[in-house]
Amino acid sequence: MYRLLWLIPAIPFASAALLALFGSGWSRRWIAIVGAGSVGTSAALALLIGAKFVLSPPIGNAYVQHLWTWMRSGEFRPEVAFYLDPIALLMLLVVTFVGFLIHLYSVEYMADDEGYARFFAYMNLFVASMITLVLANNLLLLYLGWEGVGLCSFLLIGFWYRDPVNVRAASKAFIVTRVGDTAFAVGLFLLFSRLGTLDVQELMRRASVQWIPGSAIAVAAAALLLGGAVGKSAQLPLQTWLPDAMAGPTPTSALIHAATMVTAGVYLIARTHVLFTLAPPVQFAVAIIGTVTMLLAALSALAQRDMKRVLAYSTISQIGYMFLALGLGAWSAALFHLMTHAFFKALLFLAAGVVIHAVHEQDLFRMGGLRSELRLAFWSFVIGGSALAGLPLITAGFFSKDLILWQSWAGPNGNALFWIAGMTGALLTSLYTFRLIGLTFYGPQQAHVKTESGAAVRFALIALCVLSLIGGYVDTPPHFGGVPALSNFLSSVLPPLEEIHIGPITETITALCASVAFGCGLALAYLLYGPGRARVPARAGLAKLGLAGWGFDLAYDRMFVRPLQWLVRTSKDDIVDVPIRDLGQTAVLGSRILRRAQTGAVRWYAAGIALGTAAILAIAFLAR
Amino acid sequence: MILLSLIVILLVGGISSWIAARRDETAARWIATVSVGADFLLTLGVWIAKSGHQQPAMRRWVEECNFEWISQFGIRFHLGLDGLSLALLLLTYFLGIVAVLASWTEIQRRVGFFHFNLLWVLAGITGVFLAADLFVFYLFWELMLVPMYLLIGIWGHERRIYAATKFFLFTQLSGLFMLIAIVALAVLHQHATGVFTFDYEQLLHTAMSPRAGRLLMLGFLVAFAVKLPAFPFHTWLPDAHTEAPTAGSVILAGLLLKTGAYGLIRFVLPLFPEASRTLAPLMMTVGVIGILYGALLAVGQADLKRLVAYTSVSHMGFVLLGVFAGNQIALEGAVIQMISHGISTGALFVVAGLLQEKLHTREIEKMGGLWVTMPALGGAALVLVMASLGLPGLGDFVGEFLVLLGAYRANVGLTIVATLGLLAATLYGLRFSQGAFQGPNLHHWSLPDLRWREWAMLGSMIVCLFWIGLYPQPILNTVRSSLAAVQRDAFPQGIARIAGDKR
Repeated sequence: MYRLLWLIPAIPFASAALLALFGSGWSRRWIAIVGAGSVGTSAALALLIGAKFVLSPPIGNAYVQHLWTWMRSGEFRPEVAFYLDPIALLMLLVVTFVGFLIHLYSVEYMADDEGYARFFAYMNLFVASMITLVLANNLLLLYLGWEGVGLCSFLLIGFWYRDPVNVRAASKAFIVTRVGDTAFAVGLFLLFSRLGTLDVQELMRRASVQWIPGSAIAVAAAALLLGGAVGKSAQLPLQTWLPDAMAGPTPTSALIHAATMVTAGVYLIARTHVLFTLAPPVQFAVAIIGTVTMLLAALSALAQRDMKRVLAYSTISQIGYMFLALGLGAWSAALFHLMTHAFFKALLFLAAGVVIHAVHEQDLFRMGGLRSELRLAFWSFVIGGSALAGLPLITAGFFSKDLILWQSWAGPNGNALFWIAGMTGALLTSLYTFRLIGLTFYGPQQAHVKTESGAAVRFALIALCVLSLIGGYVDTPPHFGGVPALSNFLSSVLPPLEEIHIGPITETITALCASVAFGCGLALAYLLYGPGRARVPARAGLAKLGLAGWGFDLAYDRMFVRPLQWLVRTSKDDIVDVPIRDLGQTAVLGSRILRRAQTGAVRWYAAGIALGTAAILAIAFLAR
Repeated sequence: MILLSLIVILLVGGISSWIAARRDETAARWIATVSVGADFLLTLGVWIAKSGHQQPAMRRWVEECNFEWISQFGIRFHLGLDGLSLALLLLTYFLGIVAVLASWTEIQRRVGFFHFNLLWVLAGITGVFLAADLFVFYLFWELMLVPMYLLIGIWGHERRIYAATKFFLFTQLSGLFMLIAIVALAVLHQHATGVFTFDYEQLLHTAMSPRAGRLLMLGFLVAFAVKLPAFPFHTWLPDAHTEAPTAGSVILAGLLLKTGAYGLIRFVLPLFPEASRTLAPLMMTVGVIGILYGALLAVGQADLKRLVAYTSVSHMGFVLLGVFAGNQIALEGAVIQMISHGISTGALFVVAGLLQEKLHTREIEKMGGLWVTMPALGGAALVLVMASLGLPGLGDFVGEFLVLLGAYRANVGLTIVATLGLLAATLYGLRFSQGAFQGPNLHHWSLPDLRWREWAMLGSMIVCLFWIGLYPQPILNTVRSSLAAVQRDAFPQGIARIAGDKR
């Protein structure tokens, strides 16, 4: 069974290639079968392998499949090999299952698009690259998947390439994430030159033996990897690309920019957590970055007018929670939230897609009152939104967020500030979520509903609704079930956190406070955007700043983009060439001047000869 | 004998193609295709035959041909083939076929003479990669020059005369320095041993003072740095690449630049090990400047071919960095980069050439939205651009990554700056693919997409790039022993350092 592991990425790779080469000649039905079927097959295989893994784990709790040696130069021998352990399996299942549901949804959602085959080719390529990233047994192969998903993200943001806005958004996403990737690459050079391998497990082993915790080299290595992670996961200071990435088709936003690719940074840090443990300052920085990003993005989400941008900022904010958890050393809590977030955020995006298709509008202030006509989308939003905001006990998001909040207090790196920030974030999350739902589905109806959704869309939404509700029961806190199955499953890879601060705040109190934060957010949203309130966008200075994402775009434009553009403009004529071009001109000019002397008049020549002779004689005489 | 026949086939093929064109131009094209194809198959045969068994460490050449020639000056017609030349010859004939195919419809004037020049350039390149006698090397080095000059000057675009002249002056003048250095080296060798010879193997390990070594090395270095090109000797390249016909650009970018890199590896490092070591930090810095400067200028270009031309400056900076980094990983990376760059950039020139042939312009501003009308070409260009900006899975990544990985050991600071080149590559890459194929189709282009010949050409190049990107081992194995020899001669302490790391 395990030997079929390679097929999980290979099938979508193959179908992507087929669709890219021949898809334009195929019927839509056939494109849909190949496009969605390939990911479905991968999901089924992943499920079978996963079941086997859970029931009878392989020796050492990991299975390695060597395919071939990628390249061999000196002692550098990265392999193309897959490594399946509990965290890879968790990610694999999330990617293939959520991926399959989104593909299914797209079969119908994208049905009228002229680039149907191209869309599925890109999406399949994405799934294949993401699986490669997840299963890679060495950092170089992971980097291949990492760049591959970046490419697909770029291609899909710019999918409707005729609109220059989309093209710009695509290149922005690509360039900004590649800034992070450059740091990642340097990190690889450093790791290899110091530890002599890029194999993840071997690397972690050697690092923990050879490097002293807190040493400069460990800090540098972890910081460089973090650079890659913040780029891909849209955290400060490289978060600016994600809101613009919403230019892509909505299923893309759901799959790449919410459920899977943007969480690759979280996965990378969890995968290499040993390095981060060896570098406490960097780990602390992860927590700080997560917290600040989480709060700033939540505030931005509150100020957005565009439905998808609300969700984009929400994604940035929720990944902030995951980074906070990573920074605290609560590795499995981060992955737990990654999983539930994949469910409910995919659900919200897909539901948003239904709304956008139905009313051809993304501006929240031009919607309203849609709950009766778009019942499924409405309920999807309610369920997904409740999970996002953390409706206690019956939604998945509650449990995962609760675990992070609890460990932000109880963990060795936890403290009151992280805890308070986390609670504030929970309140803000609830507020912007219900603002979104209120503005879209309540109040007077402004937009006209044009289309109904069909079976595939319904199935995907309902499946994700179910997952968003029950997905949290895989890991329940002591006061409610008390079966941390997921944490136990991951514990062979990710060491559980010691709970050392058991002071005035207990797990139960944290859960209660989080519930209160949820309730307050809901109530506040009702008061601010509920019945009888004017539905106008806020125009205060702070709201404007939040709308613009706190001015990062502007600052980067002034600090990097414009100076670089200036440099490109001024240097484009190649200054090095100037003297050479001038050399030619000088020669021509010189010849023109000297040519004057060739008059053909003998008297001038004689005078010249006489003068020259005199000059030479004079020099000879004087020099003596 | 097989080595001589490689050259003779091209020389004879060139002449017969010229003659045949008087009656039938298509026949001339076919003769050219068949001659280059025959060479390709011959080389492929040698590769397959020799790849199985291990080369004995004592023998430098896998295949040799050695005739008495001008014996009073110790000049022998000596050709030798080792792994490095084998890999580069395969590239030469592969791109040679591409060049012939790319001219099939583009070249309509003086078809016979065109193919004569094309094949003779290839013959010159073959000789350069095979020469085991420095005089023979210089001869072929010059033989490349004249037909290339004619290719640019006769079949080029608007400013072809300027570009051709500039190309000729740069390479000719720098070649003269090399000639002086070659003769001086032979004289020095005679002083030391009493034997006057130009034979490569005998001239290795010639005893000389460090000062003389540095001076002679500079003579070689100038010629190779111009050809590579290294900053600041690159300025002939954008003009020549831009003005040349597609076949000319493919051969310039894919092969002529590689002769510069080949010269560095084959001659500069082993002949002047001490001087190379002294100058290595400087050359690595020059390489890094080239990486960033080339990329920066590529971003600013309005002309599609000029953009690609500057990307070559950037990519060859990686080669320079790798050659002088002084360890096996970087050197092998540099060779992979040479081969992969030859294919990816050659293919980008084919794309640019196709666009010019169809659109009659190279201005990016006049393009845009071409995906609508040419999705296949757009898709091919996308893959090639991704190769060029170093996407893993495609060839250039392997080369650049190995170079940087090796260079990191030699100099951390320079390597970090060089890595920024990957970021800069993103900027020019996106400008190429988005500028031409995305955005609104403002100029309402409606054009035929790829024909089967164009498909075959670009498709096979893309397949090669994937192959190098995913399994470069056959190439690495082929060039390994030659590079190890260079390494032993030039950087003995580099090997010691790597061995030290292992422990």
